[in-house]
Amino acid sequence: MSLSHQDVARIARLSRIAVTDAEIDAVNRQLNSILGLIEQMQAVNTDGIEPMAHPQDVSLRLREDVVTEPNRREACQAVAPQVEKGLFLVPKVIE
Amino acid sequence: MIHATLKQLSQQLADKQVSAVELATEYLQRIDALNPQLNAFITVDRDKTLLEAAAADARRAAGSAGLLTGAPIAHKDIFCQQGWKTSCGSKMLDNFISPYDAHVIEQCQAAGLVTLGRANMDEFAMGSSNENSYYGAVKNPWDLAAIPGGSSGGSAAAVAARLAPVATATDTGGSIRQPASHCGVTGIKPTYGVVSRFGMVAYASSLDQGGVMAQTAEDCALMLNVIAGFDERDSTSLERAKEDYSRELSQPLAGLRVGLPREYFADGLAADVGRIIDNAVSELKKLGAEVVDISLPNTQLSIPAYYVIAPAEASANLSRFDGVRYGHRASEYKDLVDMYEKSRAEGFGSEVKRRIMVGTYVLSHGYYDAYYIKAQKIRRLIADDFKAAFAGCDVILGPVAPTAAFNLGEKSGDPVQMYLSDIYTLSVNLAGLPAMSVPAGFSDNGRPVGLQIIGNYFSEAKMLNVAHQFQQVTDWHSKAPAL
Repeated sequence: MSLSHQDVARIARLSRIAVTDAEIDAVNRQLNSILGLIEQMQAVNTDGIEPMAHPQDVSLRLREDVVTEPNRREACQAVAPQVEKGLFLVPKVIE
Repeated sequence: MIHATLKQLSQQLADKQVSAVELATEYLQRIDALNPQLNAFITVDRDKTLLEAAAADARRAAGSAGLLTGAPIAHKDIFCQQGWKTSCGSKMLDNFISPYDAHVIEQCQAAGLVTLGRANMDEFAMGSSNENSYYGAVKNPWDLAAIPGGSSGGSAAAVAARLAPVATATDTGGSIRQPASHCGVTGIKPTYGVVSRFGMVAYASSLDQGGVMAQTAEDCALMLNVIAGFDERDSTSLERAKEDYSRELSQPLAGLRVGLPREYFADGLAADVGRIIDNAVSELKKLGAEVVDISLPNTQLSIPAYYVIAPAEASANLSRFDGVRYGHRASEYKDLVDMYEKSRAEGFGSEVKRRIMVGTYVLSHGYYDAYYIKAQKIRRLIADDFKAAFAGCDVILGPVAPTAAFNLGEKSGDPVQMYLSDIYTLSVNLAGLPAMSVPAGFSDNGRPVGLQIIGNYFSEAKMLNVAHQFQQVTDWHSKAPAL
C-alpha cells in the first residue's frame, strides 16, 4: 500500500515530529519506498509460526520490590533543559 | 608503538617499558594529528584521559593492576560515560553530559583501561556508512573517499588508523562487523544478552548488542573478558558463569566443519569480495577445516523483517527524547505538543526521523499484526534456518557485505539501497547469534574486505579460535593504512 500526504501527516503527528510542507513530498516518497521493501514479507506464509521476541525465548526476570537506586536528582537534573525547585518545567498544559 | 596490539601493550606496561601516561600521550598526539582528516572522534579530552592514565600508573605502582590496566581504548559515543558528552552522534544529545556510566564503561574502568575519547558513529546507531552523524561522516583511513562503514565507523576507523589499539562498539544489524570489514580490523558481536545494554543508548532493544574491535582476535578475546557478564540492570542480560574467551585460541582447527551458506555466495556478491572469501576458506582448509554446503533459505527476508522490527523498537525507545529531562529543546514553541514536535524535528537527523516514522506506522492501530507480528514470525524462520545449519557445522563463513566500502555520498540519497547492503549481517541479529569480521584481503580498488564468522549461541570462544588460527597464517590484520 502507498501512503498519502495525509497519512504522512498523521504518522508525523503520532511520532511527535514536525514535518513541514516543504519536506512532506520527500518524506512521503522515502516512506513509501521503505514500505515497498517491507511489503516483501507478505508473500511468505507464516501460519502457525510462533512470533519470536527474544533470541533465547527467555522471559523477563522479576526482582524483589525494593529500592535499588540512590537519589541522584541533582546530577540527573543538571542535564535538563529547564528545572525549578527540583521539578522539570514544561509549557503550561492546564489553563 | 602505535602498531602494537593490546596484548603487546599490556606486556610492555607490565614490564615497565612504558607507562600509561606515556602511552596515552602518544595516542593523543596521533589523534591530534590525524583526527582532523578522519573525524573518527567526536570528543577528545586530554586532561580527563591523562588523569585516567595517571590513576592507572598509580594502580600499577601499588601492585593492584590487572592485565589491561593502563592500556588505551576508544569508546563508541553510544555508551554513557560519567562526565563525558555522550552524544550518540545526534544533535539531540549534543548537550548531554552523562551523569552515569554504562555497564561496559564500568567494566573497562574497573580493568583500568584509559579512555582516549569518544568515537563517532551514525546517529543513534542508525546507518551503514557513518554519513548520518550530526558531527559529519567519518572517513575510511584506507581511502578518504570511502565510507568507513557504520554505525560504529569511528571505532573502526580509530583502530584501523592506529588512533587506538581497541574500541568498544555496538551491533544492531551489522554495526560492528560491517565497519570492521570496511576498515580492515577485527570485530566481534557477542551472543545477544552476553554484554549488558545498561547505559548503552537504546536503538532496537531486542537486537542491540555491545562488542569490541581490535587488530586481532586475541585482543578481542581479552576485551570480551572485560565487558561480558551478567548485569541485573539489563532485563535481557543472561545469567551465565563468567568465561575466559581466550581459552580456545590455540586449539588446532583439524576437523572443524565450516558451513558455507549458498545464499551468501549468490547474485549480488561482488566478484572481488567473493574471491577473497574463497581464498580465506582455502586457508582454513589448509588448517584442517572441512567445508560443508549449507542453506539459509530465508536470508533475503532478513531485510524486510529487520526494517520492521528495528524501526518499531526505535520508535518506542526514542520517544524518551522529548526535550523535558535531557537533550535538545526547541527555543520557541506555543504549547507542550509543539515543543515535543519542534524539539524532535530539530534534534533528530533525517534517517532517525524516517525510522521513527516507519516504526510508528507499523505499530499503529490496525497494522501491528500485519507488520510487527509478521516480522517476528519471519524472525523465527530465520533463527530456525541457523538452528538447522548448525546441526551440520561448527561455524558459518561468508562475506560481511556484498562489496568493499562504497564511496561517501554514493548511497546517502537512497535509504533502501543502503538497507540492501546489510543483507549478510541482519540475520545474525534477528537470530541473536554471535559473529565476527576478520580482515581477509583487499578489493580490486584497494579497500579492505572482512571474512564473516558466524557462531552458534555462546560459541564466542570457538569463533575467536577460528579467527586467531586464521591470523596465525595470514597477515591481513596487521596491515595498516599509510597516513
